[in-house]
Amino acid sequence: MGLTRRTFLRSSVAMLAATACSPTAAPVSKPAETKPATPPTSAPPAAQPTVAAQPTAVAPPAASAAQTPAAAAAPRTGGELQFIVGAEPPSFDGHRETTFALLHALSPHYSLLIRFNPDAYPEVMPDLAESWDVSADKLTYTFKIRDGVKFHDGSPCTARDIKASYDRILNPPEGVVSARKGSYGAVESVEAPDPGTIVFKLKYPSAALLTLLASPFNYIYSADKLAADQKFPEKNVLGTGPYKFVEYVPGSHWVGQKNPDYFVQGRPYLDGFRANFIREPAAQIAAIRGGRAQIEFRGFPPPARDDLVRAMGDKIKVEESAWIVTLIAIFNTEKAPFNDPRVRRALNIAVDRWEGSNALSRITVVKPVGTFVRPGSPFHRPESELLKMEGFSRDMTQAREEARRLLREAGVPDGFAFNLKNRDVPTPYEPSGVFLIDQWRRIGLNVTHVQQESNAYLSDHRAGNFEVSVDFIADYADEPDIQLSKFLSPDRSASNYSRYTDRELDALYDQQSRETDPERRNQLVWQFEDRCIQQMAYAFPIIWWQRIVPYSSSVKNYPVLPSHYVNQDLAHVWLDA
Amino acid sequence: MADVTTTAGLGPGPTASRRAVRGPRWLSQVTKFARRRTLGFAGGVVVVLMLLLAVFAPIVSPYDPEESSFLDQLKPPSREHLLGTDQFGRDVMSRLIYGAQTALVVGFGASVAGCSAGAILGLVGAYKGGKTDLLLERLNDVILSFPLIILAVAVVAALGTGLLNVIIAITIPIIPRVARVIRSSGLTLRQMQYVEAARALGVSDTRIIFRHLMPNVVAPYLILLSAFLGQAILLESSLSFLGLGVAEPKPAWGLMLRGAGVQFLEQAPWLAIAPGVAISAAVFAFNLLGDSLRDAFDPKLRV
Repeated sequence: MGLTRRTFLRSSVAMLAATACSPTAAPVSKPAETKPATPPTSAPPAAQPTVAAQPTAVAPPAASAAQTPAAAAAPRTGGELQFIVGAEPPSFDGHRETTFALLHALSPHYSLLIRFNPDAYPEVMPDLAESWDVSADKLTYTFKIRDGVKFHDGSPCTARDIKASYDRILNPPEGVVSARKGSYGAVESVEAPDPGTIVFKLKYPSAALLTLLASPFNYIYSADKLAADQKFPEKNVLGTGPYKFVEYVPGSHWVGQKNPDYFVQGRPYLDGFRANFIREPAAQIAAIRGGRAQIEFRGFPPPARDDLVRAMGDKIKVEESAWIVTLIAIFNTEKAPFNDPRVRRALNIAVDRWEGSNALSRITVVKPVGTFVRPGSPFHRPESELLKMEGFSRDMTQAREEARRLLREAGVPDGFAFNLKNRDVPTPYEPSGVFLIDQWRRIGLNVTHVQQESNAYLSDHRAGNFEVSVDFIADYADEPDIQLSKFLSPDRSASNYSRYTDRELDALYDQQSRETDPERRNQLVWQFEDRCIQQMAYAFPIIWWQRIVPYSSSVKNYPVLPSHYVNQDLAHVWLDA
Repeated sequence: MADVTTTAGLGPGPTASRRAVRGPRWLSQVTKFARRRTLGFAGGVVVVLMLLLAVFAPIVSPYDPEESSFLDQLKPPSREHLLGTDQFGRDVMSRLIYGAQTALVVGFGASVAGCSAGAILGLVGAYKGGKTDLLLERLNDVILSFPLIILAVAVVAALGTGLLNVIIAITIPIIPRVARVIRSSGLTLRQMQYVEAARALGVSDTRIIFRHLMPNVVAPYLILLSAFLGQAILLESSLSFLGLGVAEPKPAWGLMLRGAGVQFLEQAPWLAIAPGVAISAAVFAFNLLGDSLRDAFDPKLRV
């Protein structure tokens, strides 16, 4: 007898009912218990490299790029590193962008003037510069440039190209965005007296200059290409780095191949790399488990780490580190009612970061509680100081009462509705957004979560098309000049999306930047934060990230540092058999 | 004679007497439907249950679906939380109940809008004929050349995420599919004498379409509506699963599967099972109901 439609449907209903009623449908077995999180601290216990690079009048670190990172083991050459990138680059211009999505795909194609030493982070080491010298008054930095360096099109790279690139960063022409120009307030001029020399002249001594020049975003572009079109780097890839660009397929992958003319002898070890763009964490984990990728440089949340370790055993290696990244909430101060500091303060006060740290650290990559400088870094606030700040209280009943009072005073009705914009990167943007919304619900606000793809998200930030948004501080070094520059007035900072002009805040930034005494500088940094977070509440930190990187044990010589921006040129990474 | 009159005047008549015994007419029809089309009736029961849950969600839901309780993260099913809790400590059952609201709002919104627009366009094309019909048909061809999910994803990518945009994204691919079916009915109807008569009396085209043609395509319209309801729910879940539907913390079945459901599959399988079963049951129920409605309305299958 053939299977009729009715018989099939009846059987299917019966199967569905049986499934629903079977023990597996309603799980009764005890699931793996969640590990209790350790109490959140304002500073992570593991000491991380925290000392900022100091300017030096002596010769640069003895080890050259060719000798340093991979010396310990006998590296193998060949192979293709496959890695995951959780978002796609909004553009190809390092000077303009602020995201890992650009760095992880593009850094292998570019060189910097100087770079961070991955074996002694945050010390800096030569890259295109061979050596440097600092004048006695610390106002002139002179760099000697390597000879014979070529761009991937065969044209020579000289001091002229470096000057053109830094001129673009420091004084971007009309229509060009330089995201970090505010950090370089100390620089008076950049000169190239000859093809092998580049000179930075300062207005005042800067303790942070070498750190700033090692920014992994400061790609050196061709002066000729920039002269023809200052927007050339937005859509083209032409560098002097260890890998040449092969192809970019949006939504799929980015491929690079070994540059045989790379200026460091014997590097890179790999034949090439392939960056696979995979947004969903579950798909990322599946790619690692299935051997279709060896690493995701940002890392994975604790549950994913545990899954990978369980499934892959000794084929997976896990490294953890503090992380110079925090999510922050920003307000569009041009839109009511967020133009009222009382409303912004209320939203800051209502967030229980301590509870959030405990809860979110179990499911995503956040944990330390702190301000705009990384907990545990030289300028961080100890917990005793932190608790005195508005928004960091442990007495949330009182804090939320105060928040409600401020809202009432500002005329914001109960149930007031607004949108929270957020990036559609699931980890940890989404859980952090959900956490904020939950916290604000507790003071009677009705918040809608609007998640956007990276490009649209950043475009809306730049255009001021938001009310409240989740933004980020993600940096390559613990240096207040870098972390705080975002909050300078818009004429000094392209990444001040809150759109306020506050000269008092600008002055505090300049004071701390010029201050050479660490203790006094610390006080000035705190004053800056007090004004920005407490008094004006232009923006406030949510919870700092904690880096957890489980990766294939075949990947060698990739030290997990407190920044996922640093050491991404892959020149020294190699693959074991 | 007088007795008869008295009886007829005071007591229940034969028809009323039968109703008293058998109950109201709609009930007898439902009973008949249940007896003849058991599967369709079962599907209908699930649909009604879903509707009731969605409408009375604030009453039947044990917790606020968006309220986090960080002390209860990833708790397995228990007496306090019948379907366990998710990664934010939110009650899965409450999210499932409120998720039915999202599913039905999108399902009904998209299928009613899509079927209605499709029916109107189909009838206009069939009635007008000529260039109007040709243009509408070619437009339908263009839209039909894209698979349903691809077109919906493209529309969301263009419009952005959010409940309204998801409804629009699902509505657009439904329109030509319905238009094509209704047009074929319309082609037959336009030849009917009462349409000719209306035209001869000078009745306007709009009135003929809406007053005379439309009521005669109600049967296929209802069948298509019930069929696309299930598809729309599935599509909404797919879009949410792909991160293109409603955003957290709003409860939606696809979103529940996408977020915690996949990420914590090994530690907390209940997070995937609950919305998975709900989606399957809802789609299955709508399909069964639609199938039975087609059987009931189709005169060829009545014999």
